[in-house]
Amino acid sequence: MIRRFALLALMLLPAGFAQAQEEGIPLLHSGTDINNVSSLQRGARNFMNYCSGCHSLKYLRYNRMAADLRITEPELAANLIFTSAKPFDTINSSMPADALNWFGKVPPDLSLIARAKGVDYVYSFLKGFYADKTRPWGVNNLYLPSAAMPHVLFERQGLQKPVFKSEPDGRGGTSMVLEGVEPMTPGALKPEEYDQFVRDIANFLDYAAEPIKAKRQSLGVFVILFLLVFFVFAFLLKKEYWKDVH
Amino acid sequence: MAAVRLIDWIDARFPLTKLWKEQVAEYYAPKNFNFWYYFGVISLVVLVNQLVTGIFLTMSYKPSSAEAFASVEYIMRDVDWGWLIRYMHSTGASAFFIVIYLHMFRALLYGSHRKPRELLWIFGCVIFLLLMAEAFMGYVLPWGNMSYWGAQVIVSLFGSIPVIGQSLVEWIRGDYYIADATLNRFFALHVAALPLALVFLVIAHLMALHEVGSNNPDGIEIKKLKGADGHPLDGIPFHPYYTVKDTMGIAAFLLVFSGVIFFAPGFGGLFLESPNFEPANPLQTPPHIAPVWYFTPFYAMLRAVPSFAGTQVWGVLVMGAAIVVLFFLPWLDRSPVRSIRYRGPIYKIALAIFSLSFIALGVCGLKPPSGIYPQLARVATILYFAFFLLMPWYSRIDSVKPVPERVT
Repeated sequence: MIRRFALLALMLLPAGFAQAQEEGIPLLHSGTDINNVSSLQRGARNFMNYCSGCHSLKYLRYNRMAADLRITEPELAANLIFTSAKPFDTINSSMPADALNWFGKVPPDLSLIARAKGVDYVYSFLKGFYADKTRPWGVNNLYLPSAAMPHVLFERQGLQKPVFKSEPDGRGGTSMVLEGVEPMTPGALKPEEYDQFVRDIANFLDYAAEPIKAKRQSLGVFVILFLLVFFVFAFLLKKEYWKDVH
Repeated sequence: MAAVRLIDWIDARFPLTKLWKEQVAEYYAPKNFNFWYYFGVISLVVLVNQLVTGIFLTMSYKPSSAEAFASVEYIMRDVDWGWLIRYMHSTGASAFFIVIYLHMFRALLYGSHRKPRELLWIFGCVIFLLLMAEAFMGYVLPWGNMSYWGAQVIVSLFGSIPVIGQSLVEWIRGDYYIADATLNRFFALHVAALPLALVFLVIAHLMALHEVGSNNPDGIEIKKLKGADGHPLDGIPFHPYYTVKDTMGIAAFLLVFSGVIFFAPGFGGLFLESPNFEPANPLQTPPHIAPVWYFTPFYAMLRAVPSFAGTQVWGVLVMGAAIVVLFFLPWLDRSPVRSIRYRGPIYKIALAIFSLSFIALGVCGLKPPSGIYPQLARVATILYFAFFLLMPWYSRIDSVKPVPERVT
């Protein structure tokens, strides 16, 4: 029996390795925790204050968010709804129609960004802005080259500058390759505080991408426990019936 | 007593008791089924799961290119238990292929496709083929970016057919590109036509099975030796013996199935691919288009074949041939014995190489076509076909062990 399960595992194994690392600069580890409600609350606050002006969460309703994040409706209305939206409305941005002319790109809806790109990507992206005079907003991003987005959190983080390394270009010479960033001017937050600030946003967006995630996992424990008990009884029943088969 | 009278009343008008006895209570199955024999009944469980969850999804899903993506998110967030129904359906699709691949592998192990079970095998192959069509069209319905581009790649394969190709592609799409019309017709096929055909074929598959009787790990006919009561000596009634045993197997399957649904519904991007959480965008190709994992072995074959004489059609033909060759398996196998237990080393090695090639093809199909993968895919494609095409030869010259009279 064990040999068969090993064989089965072997057949499924290549699937696990199939997720190839994309080339480019490796993402930072976000260290978010979907069960940390206070982190989610801070993330919601940060998102509503810094992101929701341009980015919608059009599949998430205010009151759903409030219920999941243990925020009361008065608190919600007083602190988190900045538009004329009602609590049952979805979180839309107040970006006017000519956003395309302002940024060259309509700021995307972020409901599912954490599932499309991963929560580590969100965290890395928010830490990846660096000064680049060739870009319209004076900043570029390590993880999304030629990003159209300005560094909204500039006052919080301060400004970073790019670090290059020289690499052989394959034609005998060398070329400068972007390797990372380092602090240039300080912001209002210390680096650890800024990390936590964007970690909370990343955590909140992870929640927003799948609001049921935490409940799904806690419910799953009970389902598995029930099935384990059921399996034991099914096994005993089988054994009882099969006693006379030789 | 009222119940007995009701049964009598029904039996006078419909063969209820007769069917129950013939198909279940007095259907004698070999007593030596092992691990591999669970996957038939599990695939039935998954089929029912897909049908039931599919019906509920249909109640909230909108088959229109403008609304499909949002309606799936509506199911995930606003429909009561919609997330569970959707995950059961999406995980069920992958589970279906895992179970079916293992079910087919069982046939290769114990010769379940051999005479007199050729039609049983062929029905199964048709089910497999329809299941691929069903899964492909179902994958398009959420209208994510991978749905869109996956459909684009797969449908345009038909365009490589000489002369009629382009017209055929337009006929399939119902438009000049993958569009609302395509989504609507795929929805119709996915929820009505193909499930109906699948259910009929599954019934035919089971009728053929119960007509000839089940094979077993020893690959011998239990009907040859019957007791005084006229029942096979090595047979036991399906009910209650296999109903309780299968209940245990189904419970074990549900444990794994629930583990995925509740703790890893995306399964690391294999069951639900990340680019599919972005809405379909005809202007933005995902960085790397790969079909869902269960198609990748065949997709790898498609890519492994180079274009020749100015056309890509050869890859499409090879991919099609990889499925078609399965239908001929009962006649390719010339071994005097069925089960791997009594076969010689040649078949065992051949089967091991075949299995590894299939897995290697699956991995190659997931990876971008660079590095060692194109070469690996080519070698694995050749080995895949060699397993079938050389079988008439190697299965005949292989040594065999004596087959016992009774099951072991």
